[in-house]
Amino acid sequence: MLQIKNLHVSVEGNEILRGIDLEVPTGAVHAIMGPNGSGKSTLARVLAGQDAYEVTDGQVIFDGKDLLEMDPEERAREGVFMAFQYPVEIPGVSNTYFLKAALNAVRKHRGLPEIDAMEFLALVRQKMKLVQMEETLLHRPVNEGFSGGEKKRNEIFHMAVLEPRFAVLDETDSGLDIDALRIVSDGVNVLRQQDRSFLLITHYQRLLNYIVPDVVHVLLDGRIVRSGGKELALELEEKGYAWLEEAAALPVGA
Amino acid sequence: MTTDVLRTSEVLTGAARFAADFDTFLRELPASEPAAITALRRMAIERFVTLGFPTLRQEEWRQTNVGAIAQGSFVRYEGPEPTVDLSRLEPLAEGAAARLVFVNGRLSQRLSTLGELPAGVIVASLAEALEKAPDKVEPWLGQHARFDDHPFVALNTAFLRDGALVWVPRGVVVEKPIHLMFVSNSTGSEPIVTFPRNLFVAGENSQVTIVETYAGEGAYFTCPVTELVAGPASVVDHYKVQIESREAFHMATFQIEAERSCAPSSHSISIGGALVRNDVNAVLDGEGIDCILNGLYLGEGRQVIDNHMRVEHAKPHCASHELYKGVLDGAARSVFNGLIHVHPGAQKTDAKQSNRNLLLSSNAIANSNPQLEIFADDVKCTHGSTVGQLDEDAIFYLRSRGIGQEAARSLLTYAFASDIVERIKVEPVRRDLEEFLFARLPQGEVVRQAV
Repeated sequence: MLQIKNLHVSVEGNEILRGIDLEVPTGAVHAIMGPNGSGKSTLARVLAGQDAYEVTDGQVIFDGKDLLEMDPEERAREGVFMAFQYPVEIPGVSNTYFLKAALNAVRKHRGLPEIDAMEFLALVRQKMKLVQMEETLLHRPVNEGFSGGEKKRNEIFHMAVLEPRFAVLDETDSGLDIDALRIVSDGVNVLRQQDRSFLLITHYQRLLNYIVPDVVHVLLDGRIVRSGGKELALELEEKGYAWLEEAAALPVGA
Repeated sequence: MTTDVLRTSEVLTGAARFAADFDTFLRELPASEPAAITALRRMAIERFVTLGFPTLRQEEWRQTNVGAIAQGSFVRYEGPEPTVDLSRLEPLAEGAAARLVFVNGRLSQRLSTLGELPAGVIVASLAEALEKAPDKVEPWLGQHARFDDHPFVALNTAFLRDGALVWVPRGVVVEKPIHLMFVSNSTGSEPIVTFPRNLFVAGENSQVTIVETYAGEGAYFTCPVTELVAGPASVVDHYKVQIESREAFHMATFQIEAERSCAPSSHSISIGGALVRNDVNAVLDGEGIDCILNGLYLGEGRQVIDNHMRVEHAKPHCASHELYKGVLDGAARSVFNGLIHVHPGAQKTDAKQSNRNLLLSSNAIANSNPQLEIFADDVKCTHGSTVGQLDEDAIFYLRSRGIGQEAARSLLTYAFASDIVERIKVEPVRRDLEEFLFARLPQGEVVRQAV
């Protein structure tokens, strides 16, 4: 579903991603772990289309199409979703109505008719339950005054409504207490299905107890230095990142 | 130096033209005009001649150049009532208690309608009231809108002819809004000037909602003055919808005289005009007054929109809350000048002022000047002003959900304006403004769906 080939990305002249190769097959859940500054969030934002990042080399193919050629909204309509690490507060824009406009933009792109108000309401009610979201949050402006946990749940709620085919979760676990982490993880697990892939970006292994990945990649200094099964996450939890940093440094010095 | 001399002489020429017209104008007035009103006119024209048109060297006008008005030649309209297209304005007055339409400065009987008004309420042409019921006009007219330092108020006072008198007796509630429409049409003639003059007197413990709309076609100059005397414990909601033609000049003053425990509110929507100035002055002259002054201005092209606010806290225990928001595109320019003056002894004053500007283009300019003059020591006065652009992170967030870039920008622009829109209690006026925004903003249909 998603192929990343030799991706190099710079921000203001500094190279952050230095040749990423990654393939996430349809229906798979991949996790990317790495310490702060390794380039995890940069990868997420490049996939979503944030333009502060300059792709200097490489390719990202989504469903056979060149993802990097698309505007952020086109990517969303094609079925790419990013749950933000820091969801943005937007005063004056209703959480529900905006989502309806977003869903209709996606549906239009897919050749589906616009959803009417009643259908939308029914859909929203059903999806809210997934993340145990309180109804009052629907009527508030997008993320405004939401607690950290509410913002993360709202991201998963948006994802549930928009039904993407490929979702990037950028440190969705950070700042969540154990109850909220369970709720968010349960929401994601319900959305796991054969034709939907996930890329989980996280600093900690804890999330992966709840959302069990098929493959774990370790990102260090802009490169994937190791890939393995879910047990790799446990190994990292135990040993930290230092042993991989040493291992990764070897080829450069050699 | 040379330019300065030249400008001064041109400005005087402009002012002198109005002065020369004054005697002719006086002869056209009905002989029955109360002597006190004629005397007021004479004082006003004298003052205007002394002041002349303002220049950029005057503090109150340093950011707004009225040279185009000073140098323009505008005539008072004397012809028959021209036909005007009211289709744009009519929806605003849906469900109104009364609708007075003034065309080129004079009441149009044909277009005006009086519905059922509570007993004792007067909604009338000021010209007619001056003839038939001067006791309802004379005690108030010109008593509050000072012209000693304001040339346009002086000009209006000298040349005032017609406008609306709204008189609500003690204890009476007018439930439906009263609409006043001022329409100018100078297509096919020289540019005209009108001096609408309105007087609203709300008796003790009364309630009324009044909407003033200004619109027109072609190039012209509207110079209105509205005086509101809000009696003790009265509730007066005032709306002004300024949708003048884009070639028009509009120099308006709204003067609020507030008495004990009343709750006056002003909502000013400024959309039209080439060069616009709205002065709103509130004198809180009794205890326990709660005054709200809201405004929204939307400029594009080369429009200049100036909002000058002056709130005087003359007595203790009064609150004034001002929120003005501006959205500027193209090479539009705005001025917000907000003065809060707290008199000695006006303790427990609670004055809040906020001016927020959104610039949609790099050529748009917003000037914001809050001014606090506080001569009491136990007061709460805050002010804030911002000039900013759309939040790029918010745009990206919306786009990442599938909303197109243009629609995202429009949605955020709408959201910025919406807290003023939502404060409009007259439903047809609020709806009209919403519709205007959906039409003005690119991808407005997406915005309509998303708000």
